[in-house]
Parts: sequence; C-alpha cells; structure tokens
Amino acid sequence: MVIQSALTTPTASVNGGKPVGVRDSRGYRWFTWISGTLLVLFCALMLYPFITVLAQSFSAAGAIKAGLVNLWPVDFNLDTYRAVAQNDIFWRNYRNTVVYTVVGTTIAMVLTTVFAFVLSKKHLRGRTLLIGIAVFTMFFNGGMIPNYVLISTLGMKNTMWALVLPGAISVFNLLVMKSFFENLPVELEEAAQIDGLGWFGIFGRIVLPLSKAVIATMVLFYSVAIWNDWFPAFLYLDKQELFPVTLFLRNLVAGASSSASEGAAATGSTTAAISANIQAVTMILTIIPILCVYPFVQRYFVSGVMLGSVKG
Amino acid sequence: MKVTRGRAPATPGRAATEVVVEPPSTDGTTASSRPSSGRGGGPTRKTARRVPWKSALRRDWPLYAMALGPVLFLLLFRYGPMLGNVIAFRRFRPGGSMFGDQWVGLRYIELFINDPTFWHVFTNTLVLGGLTLIFCFPLPIVLALMLNEVRKRAFKRTIQSISYVPHFLSVVIVVGMTMQILSVQGTANQIITALGGDAIPFLQRAEWFRAVYVGTEVWQTVGWGTILYLAALTTVDPSLYEAARIDGANRWQQTWHVTLPGIRPTMITLLILNIGSFLNVGFEKVLLLYNPLTYETGDVISTYLYRVGLVSNNFSYATAIGLFQAIIGLVMILSANFISRRVVGVSLW
Repeated sequence: MVIQSALTTPTASVNGGKPVGVRDSRGYRWFTWISGTLLVLFCALMLYPFITVLAQSFSAAGAIKAGLVNLWPVDFNLDTYRAVAQNDIFWRNYRNTVVYTVVGTTIAMVLTTVFAFVLSKKHLRGRTLLIGIAVFTMFFNGGMIPNYVLISTLGMKNTMWALVLPGAISVFNLLVMKSFFENLPVELEEAAQIDGLGWFGIFGRIVLPLSKAVIATMVLFYSVAIWNDWFPAFLYLDKQELFPVTLFLRNLVAGASSSASEGAAATGSTTAAISANIQAVTMILTIIPILCVYPFVQRYFVSGVMLGSVKG
Repeated sequence: MKVTRGRAPATPGRAATEVVVEPPSTDGTTASSRPSSGRGGGPTRKTARRVPWKSALRRDWPLYAMALGPVLFLLLFRYGPMLGNVIAFRRFRPGGSMFGDQWVGLRYIELFINDPTFWHVFTNTLVLGGLTLIFCFPLPIVLALMLNEVRKRAFKRTIQSISYVPHFLSVVIVVGMTMQILSVQGTANQIITALGGDAIPFLQRAEWFRAVYVGTEVWQTVGWGTILYLAALTTVDPSLYEAARIDGANRWQQTWHVTLPGIRPTMITLLILNIGSFLNVGFEKVLLLYNPLTYETGDVISTYLYRVGLVSNNFSYATAIGLFQAIIGLVMILSANFISRRVVGVSLW
C-alpha cells in the first residue's frame, strides 16, 4: 500500500501497483514468491483446526477414534447433529448464552457510550479525574478472590447478573469510543446548541446517529466477549440449567480429557471417542453465530480499532 | 543512512503526540467549542479550563448526570474488589464481612514467601510469560511487513480476514481444537508416526506444555496483532521511500531504514502493554489446558491462587498472592513506560 502510493502513477492500480517502466529486481521477485507461499501456508495453518473439527462433526465416532478424520468426513452422517439437537440441556444452555449476550451487550453499550461521550467533552471540569478513574483500572485490578467475594456478598451467585454486570465497561473500548467522539466536527454540536439543544439532545440526535461505525464495532466486541465467556459462569453458577453453552462445552472437553488421561483401558476409550464427536458438533454450533456476523462487521471493526490506536 | 538520519529527529516528537493515551491538557479548541464559556480575558489554557465548580455544575449538569452511572459502576465493580484486597491482611470468614473480621498483619504474606510451591509457580509464570512475549510480540510485525509487500489487493484482504478469525473464538473452543489435534490419534501424531516416530501424548507431558501453550497463543493472536501495525504502516510518509530509492536503497534497506523506524512508536507502545500484562499469562487457557501431570511446567500464579482460594477455600492466602501479582504487574508497566520515555521518548501517558 505504502510503496504503491509512494510510486504513484495513474496506472498504478491497473497493473497491480507496479510503477510503469520499473522492473523489479530479480531478488525481489524471488522474495514475492517465497513470501506469497509462506502466506498461503500461514492461511492453511489458520484454517486447519476449523476444517478438521468440521470434518469430525460429520464423521462416525469410530473413524475419529482410529485417527482417520483430518480434512474430510469419514462415514459421512448427521447422527451426531441429531443427537445434540435432541439434547435439552444443550439447547437450554444455548438459549442462555443468547440471553446473556443480548442483556450484557445492552448494559455495556449504554454505560460505555454515555461515559465515552462525557469524557470526550474537553471543557468538562473534572474530566481528567474521570479519565484517571477509568484508566487506572486498566493497570490494576482487584483480583480473582476479592471479585468473587464481592459477587457473593451482592448475592449475585447463581443469577445472570454475575455474568453480565461485572464486565460492563471495558476501558479499552471506552477509550476507542472517546477518541471517535472527539473527532466528530465540533461545529455540529455548536450549531445544535445555538438551536437550543441540550447535552442529552446532542447525544441522542447528533452524536449517536453519526457513530454507527464505532457502535457496530463495540457491539461486536462486547457481544463476542460475552458469548465466549465461560469462567465467570464456572465460578458463579452451580445450576446446570443456568449454564451458557461455553460451559457446557467446557464440561465435555474436561470430561473427555480426564477420561483419556485416567487410562483408556477401561470404559474410558469409548466415552472419549463419542464425546470427540459431540465436542466437534458443539464447537461448530457455538462458532457459527460468530462466523455469520463476522463478514458484515469486519470492515467496521478494522476501522474502529485503527481509529482507537493511531489517534490514541 | 541518510534517510534514517534525516528521519531521526522527527520521530520522538511525532511519536509522543501520536501514542499518548490521554493528552495532558487541552488548548484553544476548548474555548472555541463552547462560546458561552469564554470569560472575556485572554484565552490562556488556565482560564479556559478553570471554571468554578459551581458554574461548571450549573452549565454541565447533564454531563455529570450521564457520568454518574458509569462512575458508580466502576466504583462498585472495579474499586470495590481493590479495597477487598484488605483481606490479604485480615482473617476472612466465608459468609462474614467482605472486608474480613480481624487484622492478622503480614501473616499471609509470610506464608507465601515461605511457600516453595509459590516460588515454583512464580518461575513457571515468568518462563511462560517470557516465551509468550518472545513469540507473540515479533510475529505480528513480521506478518504485517509481509502483508505490506503484497500487491494483490484481494489476496491481502483474504489473508487478513482469515487471520483475524481465531481472535474471536472462545478459549474453550481453542483448547478443544488443540486437544483434538494433539491427541494420540490426532493430526500431529499422525504426521509424527508417518515420519517414523512414536506418538507423543502432548497434553500429558510436562515438557510439552509450554510449547503447546505458546503455539495456541500464537495461533490465536498473530493475525489480530497485525491490525495496529498495518494501520501504522499506512501513516509512513511516502516521500521517505522515494528519497530512499533515489539514494539507492534496495527493498531490504527501505524496510530497515524507513518502514521499521516508521512503526517504532506502535512497536514500543505494544511492547509496554505486553510487558504490563506479562504476569497475567492466559489464566483461563492454562486452567483448561493443564492437568496434574503437567503442573510441573503448567501451573502458574493465577491457577495456583485459584486452587488455593476457590478450591481449598483459603481466601486470605489467595488474596495475598493475587495482590502481590497485581502490584508486580503495576510496577512492571510503570517502569517499562518510564524507561521507554527516557530512552526512546515514547510513552503511554
């Protein structure tokens, strides 16, 4: 990109950025090939785990156990999907994850957006203090045990709130939004003020409609974080009907690994193989929503992250 | 050389303005954005900022009202647990007060200083954190530089899209995939046996734990890590490349003398942040990945304090360990920031 623009000629984009009349050195052509090959290999490495899990999810348990399933399903069947689909606990936990994600993201977005808007107002008295309060938590946190004690004291164990509340403001996201708001043209706000709009009006009618890109990015970040979370649930929930699907999956994975390490000689071998099957299906079903949203928001998050980082 | 020398003086100044997380003070724009706030006199920084609290409250009460919720949230869920750390110095009874019952002084601190297991997991943490830093910090830079040389737009986009995906996966899924691939009949062992070796039960071997951990960490973070560098690369002044070419620099020399100095502020910022989170090695991943067979290399401070605190219900002792870890983390990030400001003129704040 940079080199292209450094050597810009009108035809640069037509012939792939190569400046007209300049031939690449032989060494550089070699470099291009080697680097291209490495990048393709890299992509294969990135994708391989997905492919193999996908293949396993369609394969028979015996084939996985025999180590036959790598890139392509062996004994193609949908039995495992059917088995998981009939599992009530799985669906219950899956629904829980959806509910937790929606509620948690909503809370987080309200708090973060509002706070970022306030912090973006440079004239505000006490702004430095407010920013300090937020930024300090980035570098020093209370720790696992005091957090656990707090949640227990508040009586939030075995409730949804233990999962959706404590993570509500991510300071990194807050700073990204703040710098986005700071870069909005001040003239708009001035005009709105002259027309008699208060701060609430400016926030709701001017700033929010202009911030769709950063809002989309933040919604993605928060919802993915909550969707993927398993440890708070592991810590604070005892009842299986409240578990999110990640904890369901964790228990499958942990069960499989413990039965494998305790010796596959006895009954362990079959259960481990069956759950390799079921694990694969559960993983696929957990990943799918993320992969579905991903292409649509990708362009937003790249610009969102860049904005937060380059401008600081 | 000419190029670098010409560039050098410009770097620190630009870097400082670019990387600072929080600009220390605001300037003229403040006054102009709020015409009503002008107090007649010359708009020096002080007068524009120092509005008396009373009139600031009258004018901006909606803003303060908006900040109320988030601030209460932070006080309760972030600063509350910080205060809760006093139970490191007090006896804590489950079900009793959140802040403990009675002072016991430094008893729990002495306890972990004399605990050989603590020092064992401390060493493990340093090694694991160090290895993670060595691999996860430079690889995104290499990948970003390689991507930067790719001319086919579509190719570059595809690679980027694919490489970001692992970042969005749950640790549970990453560990699940790792276990499948590294199991005795998994792909890794199929390759080993095909090459004539013996299958290795990777996850049951303490000597493999670090490699497995760092490998999955690289897999998950390398692509996402390039975003910031790719952004920084687009800000490198194109005329510098032209100047370098005129001076006869080949591609390698251009990369070495123009590109790398151009992204140096980003590199240093990320290095400081990485050093700050050095001790918080991926607790959740270790917890999922390790087992009693791999405690020898896999057990880290946070997993140890999890077992001490929440499995054996020794809350105060675990809090003391956690507090120690948090303080070391804070000291490390402050000193990394200090050194970097002194030596290269780049700092986080």
